[in-house]
Amino acid sequence: MSVKSTAAGASPAKGRGRTSPRGHAAKPRTGDPGLVQLLTPEGERVEHPDYAIDLTPEELRGLYRDMVLTRRFDAEAITLQRQGELGLWASLLGQEAAQIGSGRATRPDDYVFPTYREHGVAWTRDVDPLNLLGMFRGVNHGGWDPNENNFQLYTIVIGSQTLHATGYAMGVAKDGADAAVIAYFGDGASSQGDVAESFTFAAVYNAPVVFFCQNNQWAISEPTEKQSRVPIYQRAAGYGFPGVRVDGNDVLAVLAVTRAALEHARSGQGPMLVEAFTYRMGAHTTTDDPTRYRRDEEREEWASKDPIARLKTYLEREGFADEAFYAGIDAESDALAKRVREGVRNMPNPGTMAIFDNVYADGSALVDEERAQFADYLASFEDAAAGSSAGTGH
Amino acid sequence: MTQTMAVAKALNESLRKALENDPKVLIMGEDVGKLGGVFRITDGLHKDFGEGRVIDTPLAESGIVGTAIGLALRGYRPVVEIQFDGFVFPAYDQIVTQLAKMHARALGKIKLPVVIRIPYGGGIGAVEHHSESPEALFAHIPGLKVVSPSNASDAYWMLQQAIECDDPVIFFEPKRRYWDKGEVDVSALPGDLHRAVVAQQGTDITLAAYGPMVKVCLEAAAAAANEGRSLEVVDLRSLSPIDFDTIQASVERTGRLVVVHEAPVFYGAGAEIAARITERCFYHLEAPVLRVGGFHAPYPPARLEEEYLPGLDRVLDAVDRALAF
Repeated sequence: MSVKSTAAGASPAKGRGRTSPRGHAAKPRTGDPGLVQLLTPEGERVEHPDYAIDLTPEELRGLYRDMVLTRRFDAEAITLQRQGELGLWASLLGQEAAQIGSGRATRPDDYVFPTYREHGVAWTRDVDPLNLLGMFRGVNHGGWDPNENNFQLYTIVIGSQTLHATGYAMGVAKDGADAAVIAYFGDGASSQGDVAESFTFAAVYNAPVVFFCQNNQWAISEPTEKQSRVPIYQRAAGYGFPGVRVDGNDVLAVLAVTRAALEHARSGQGPMLVEAFTYRMGAHTTTDDPTRYRRDEEREEWASKDPIARLKTYLEREGFADEAFYAGIDAESDALAKRVREGVRNMPNPGTMAIFDNVYADGSALVDEERAQFADYLASFEDAAAGSSAGTGH
Repeated sequence: MTQTMAVAKALNESLRKALENDPKVLIMGEDVGKLGGVFRITDGLHKDFGEGRVIDTPLAESGIVGTAIGLALRGYRPVVEIQFDGFVFPAYDQIVTQLAKMHARALGKIKLPVVIRIPYGGGIGAVEHHSESPEALFAHIPGLKVVSPSNASDAYWMLQQAIECDDPVIFFEPKRRYWDKGEVDVSALPGDLHRAVVAQQGTDITLAAYGPMVKVCLEAAAAAANEGRSLEVVDLRSLSPIDFDTIQASVERTGRLVVVHEAPVFYGAGAEIAARITERCFYHLEAPVLRVGGFHAPYPPARLEEEYLPGLDRVLDAVDRALAF
């Protein structure tokens, strides 16, 4: 089985023409032909025969704004962790295009199952950024209503959510709904049994789910080579559905490919795997030290593929944005950072008795008993304090 | 309207009624479709409700439970069959880290009405991984409810109540009682799913048991009656939560308690019950709470299971020891 034939066979698009409808075929194609790219690292627009996209300058500026604000939010969260306001943070630095491109490809009635790093996807779903910080601050373990924005709670256990996404998609299909589900996971998760089982279930039941793997090259300190002996997108072929690799630092390509994959799912053609080939510029989390396991040169090489810089180059080359636009985004970034900073610091601690809340939907005599006992215990301190203050009066 | 039926048939009728009453109820598992399950608990349901409601799944336990979670998030009420007790462990991660906690993590905004049916326990001459009693491992997990019927009537009613419950319920079916017949009043009002019942009244000692061991305890009570001893038998029915009030009331009458289960005694349900009842009934107890159950050893090969499983004699021996204090 050759890589090339798998890649070609995996494509969901029908047209295999050599020239694109927009007439850009004369422009040089760059990089790996198995890697879908629409914007080169140098900010040059190229075409791919299977994945066309035509965005207005306003839409392009919108993607740029999303990425910049998401990066700023992420930077602010790292700072807040360093200042002791958050217990932990998982940075998305470098993965803005993979997340914004795929998130903007979803429709409101689609449903997203994230890991714990999908801050950019959450942004595209209009989830309040402060909601994402509750679990990292330690005031809850999730804390938002997943059905408000069709964005599930972050999942810490690696790969579990791919099965939830698949089951949800089976339900979507049962309902006859015209929606799709997208499950996010990383290259490390691709080794988990749950991901393999979700591929099996999704294929067997033709579930409308897109598996979106952000291959950021590192699962904490383990490189992708420790997870897979073939490119991850090729694994889809073994389950009988298409897989495609996209330049994960190219927001246009990610948007185009994810749109096509979601449409593939919505139209009843079943699951699809998208591997966004990207890079985690920072540490795995704020407790990690990547200098122990990866070379500076590698990071520098990927820095030259920065998703935001490349879109900016393109915007400037085409004259799609002016100084006022960038100044506006700077101001918006500052406002967002301020809101996040103040919001986190003012986030109330849960009341002690919240320990006993929502353990069961239908209640439990055992929880009720322990809640009452603990309330009595706490009240005993107040009684003692009242007693001693009364005593000082004598 | 009372009918006589085996426990297996009662479960089957219960599932049928649940499928009829609520279009969101789904049956999922390995071989639950055309075969009707390896114990035939889902017999005929695939034929009558179709493969959209009675779903044969790939052979992947984590996948079965994980996708059931997703279906529940979409508004369905999946009833999952795990083929045998020892096969639940590939799904244990999904049950413990995901199913049990999601309601709390969402601050109550979402519900996970998933029932996981597990045929459990020994006594049928099976090979390894087919005779185990892992209930304590689930009862220990906050967010899960754990129940086990001991007779046909409870099998019929408790399963429907578990399916109606908005919490995840681990439903342990005593597989060696599948073929025991009993009276089922299908028109009665069911009792509280988590209430223990006094299955046999007595005055000298309380035996607390659930699932397959209730029958053994009732037989022990009958045998003891011949010797002039009066044994009270409490059928716990629910292991999480446990109805300690009913056990306490019984022990306050009898002054003695023996807890009986098939699962290993070490860290088992009996330890929890002994500790709580000692705390609640210290001044009523005439003897320490004793436990009868499995050993801290792998479930033995079938040729030894009669020696391993608590039978009449081991229960009566514990009764003798409790009365000797």
